[in-house]
Amino acid sequence: MNYYESNDLKRFAEVGKFRKELMDMFFTYYNKVTGEDGALTKREKSLIGLAVAHAKQCPYCIDAYTTQCLETGASPDQMTEAIHVTAALEAGMTLVHGVQMLNNLEKEGA
Amino acid sequence: MSTVTLPVINPAFMQRYNFYEHLERHQLQLHPASIETLQVNITKMCNQACRHCHVDASPKRTEAMDKPTIERCLEILSAHEMIKTLDITGGAPELNPHFEFFVTETATLKKKIMVRHNLTITIDGHPVTKDSKNHLPEFFARNRVEVVSSLPYYEEYFTDKQRGRGVFEKSIEALRRLNALGYGADDSGLVLNLVYNPVGTYLPASQAGLEADYKKHLKEKFGIVFNHLFTITNMPIHRFKDDLERNGKYDEYMTRLINAFNPVAAQGVMCRSLLSVGYDGKIYDCDFNQMLDLQVENHQPLTVWNFNMDFLMKRNIIFGAHCFGCTAGGGSSCGGATA
Repeated sequence: MNYYESNDLKRFAEVGKFRKELMDMFFTYYNKVTGEDGALTKREKSLIGLAVAHAKQCPYCIDAYTTQCLETGASPDQMTEAIHVTAALEAGMTLVHGVQMLNNLEKEGA
Repeated sequence: MSTVTLPVINPAFMQRYNFYEHLERHQLQLHPASIETLQVNITKMCNQACRHCHVDASPKRTEAMDKPTIERCLEILSAHEMIKTLDITGGAPELNPHFEFFVTETATLKKKIMVRHNLTITIDGHPVTKDSKNHLPEFFARNRVEVVSSLPYYEEYFTDKQRGRGVFEKSIEALRRLNALGYGADDSGLVLNLVYNPVGTYLPASQAGLEADYKKHLKEKFGIVFNHLFTITNMPIHRFKDDLERNGKYDEYMTRLINAFNPVAAQGVMCRSLLSVGYDGKIYDCDFNQMLDLQVENHQPLTVWNFNMDFLMKRNIIFGAHCFGCTAGGGSSCGGATA
């Protein structure tokens, strides 16, 4: 028994077992946002989804959005670049906090 | 978005594989609209043994259409104006010893000729006799054959994964030879279409988007041009189905196909405008039904020898679970997307 079972993704809709109307609203919103071309194409949305899945480290979303990217025609090169964007932003977010560190160091006379 | 609408697998789920019920639910009646194309599978022998081949073709297969049966197909083509196109497939159809006779004779009938050409046969030659097939590009050009060639991806890794090591490199070389004769150039009249199918258990992306990607990459990287890309869904039969079952993914794949059922694509299924002929002359609604041995019957099994156009136009097309492959998403046929 693991905390993450890949087959559990198929049970996602069961979260609507209680207060079903809330999950229905979520699915309608989710499908509208991710499942249609808009100002962004479905392929672009899929690449964003893949990047976010990695940032949040959600195994369900990584599985789902790897498939979604392939089904919308994204190439492995594009998918890899997308997760490098995630990684670069996360590195940047770590490093920009260095300014906070510098502020503290400067108060100490560094 | 399929990932959030996947149904829970339960006993009732198996009923979802019933294609007829699905047609009824969508109030669809799929009857023959015409017989524009006669697709003839003239051999199961191939120089390749691809992972997803629904024909289970390989160098070890020996089935091949004999000359009298080919001559009978020519009679049918000649007798029926409604049939505009001969679509020759296999295996690698060029391995049938009567292939060139079939093409040259059909050319005299002023019918469109399509050949499902795997590209590598030009480079590899005959896998058993080792005879060269170097002349094929010139032969195709001379007979104004429309060449339809599978290239599962514009990069080597996915292509070789599906079709075998070295296939991508040989395919590029064969495409260059076709291009050198004018194939794929807009104004040459020599048509070169490529076929994409997913390397895994997912549906093809939109045909137009992938075609643009293929054109950009193949032109920029290899200087190759072609006319159109056909996107084809992997059919859950034979070698691909075995692969799915081995990996415990058959139900998941069927669910994906069924969730993506598209009534518009269903109306455009190829069995409504095509007939498939096996190497032994038996008649089927499509190449997939042929591989599943679902022969058309009119009191007795139908072949090229008791061909009856009136009956065929009124026949009930035989459907099965595999038909969900042709009706998913943008649809799938030997000519690509249907919706």
